[in-house]
This record gives sequence, C-alpha cells and structure tokens, in this order.
Amino acid sequence: MNLRRDVFQAIADPTRRAILLLVAANSMTAGAIAANFDTARPTVSKHLQILTECELLEPKQTGREIYYHFNPQKMKEVAVFIEPFRKMWDDRFNKLEAIMKKYKK
Amino acid sequence: MEQKTKVHAEEGKQDVAITRDFELPVELLFKAYADADLISQWMGTKVLKLDSKKNGSYQFETADPQGNPVFKANGVIHEFIPDRKITRTFEMANVPFGVQLEFYEFEPLTGDTSRLRMHVVYESVEQRDQAMKFGLAWGLNMALDRLQDVVSKSKK
Repeated sequence: MNLRRDVFQAIADPTRRAILLLVAANSMTAGAIAANFDTARPTVSKHLQILTECELLEPKQTGREIYYHFNPQKMKEVAVFIEPFRKMWDDRFNKLEAIMKKYKK
Repeated sequence: MEQKTKVHAEEGKQDVAITRDFELPVELLFKAYADADLISQWMGTKVLKLDSKKNGSYQFETADPQGNPVFKANGVIHEFIPDRKITRTFEMANVPFGVQLEFYEFEPLTGDTSRLRMHVVYESVEQRDQAMKFGLAWGLNMALDRLQDVVSKSKK
C-alpha cells in the first residue's frame, strides 16, 4: 500500500479533514461524529472507513460502543508532513504579503 | 508555476529551512516582523509584549470568542539587525515540540522584491518531526474554518 498517497487522498476531502479535527480533539463514536455534519450517516460511515483504512483513525471498542481515535503516529514518514507544513507557512506568508502591500499604500 | 514558499527538511535531522520570496521591498518585509501592530495583523494574534532589539523579548496570545487562550507563544531576541537579520527563540504553549531557535535572514532581491530565509532548529529530531506534524493540524483547522464558513453561508 502506498501510505503517503492514501493519506493525501484521505485528507484531500474537507469533510474527512473536519472529521479528523473533531476526533483529534476527542475520541468519538460514529454517531457523535455524524451528529456534527449535515451529510447523510452512510456518507459519514464511508469517510470513517477510508480514514480507518489509511490508519489515520483507529476504532477501539469501549464497552458497547466503538470510539474512533486519531492516530497520527502511523504517519512516520517526514515527507507526509512536508506539504501541509509548507502550506501552513505559505498561508501565513501570503497573509503577511497582502497586509504589507496594503500598508505600503 | 514555481512555489513561492519552499521547505527543506531532511529525515533524521533536527532543523528545517523555509524560504519565501515576497513582492515587497526588504524594509517592509522586515517591518512585518518588527512592528507589534503589523505582527498582530498578519499572525492574527494579540501581541502582549514586543521589544524588538537585542536582549528584547516578546509574548503573543490569541483567545477564542469565549476568551480562552488558544495560542500562546513567547521568546527572546538574540540578534536584531534592521532589514537584515533576527535571531530569536520561539516557544509555543501546550505543544510537544519545546523551544525552537529561529534565524531569520532578510535579503533584497530587487527594489520591491525580497527574500526571507528562515532556519529553525529544534532540541531533537523527534521535536522537529512533531512541529512539522503541526502543519497537518493547521491544515485541518483551516479546513474546518472553511467548512464553517460554507455552512454558515448556506444557512443564510
């Protein structure tokens, strides 16, 4: 499996990114995750399946419920993080540039 | 198209280099790092303290609408050479990557373009990697913000 490509595909979708953010803050059940979205429940389930397959999420049984946990450790390869990290700085610098261009005027 | 922002990070090393070319004269680019009001604008944070000089220090803080701090950072300035260089430490609260040492080099390219070279050194390889992973969390936050925008707009 090409983990890097799969991880990028997984985080390319805004709903999946939002799911990751929710779960990163708090482990949640599928129902609790779905309650945050207007999307149909089966669509959320499909997103959870994709995120679980590429190991960004890990389902763990707790009592009768299955909680999804965020699992960033699976992405050991530094390269996986370079693009989001670059994007973060690019966003910041774009903002700096825009504000300083206005300041100049 | 060539990317304006470049990141160089080698596996197993504890530093990262970030380079960015700006459509700004070097004086303005430098000012964006030296002036409290401008920092607060482009970083989107409150500047509680900023003493832009050698042995100076700074403190940033951002609160959510409820007033809870969501971002806190501070550091000391070791070198402050106007329009050329800033050397400082940077420490963010509640993140697993400790204190980082930052070298900023400002360089004019033409009369109204300039280049920033940032070199960031962490205490360990693990902390460097953690800091880079933070980019993913940032991307997720941005995505959620955009999602909230979309949702709030569609509700109108």
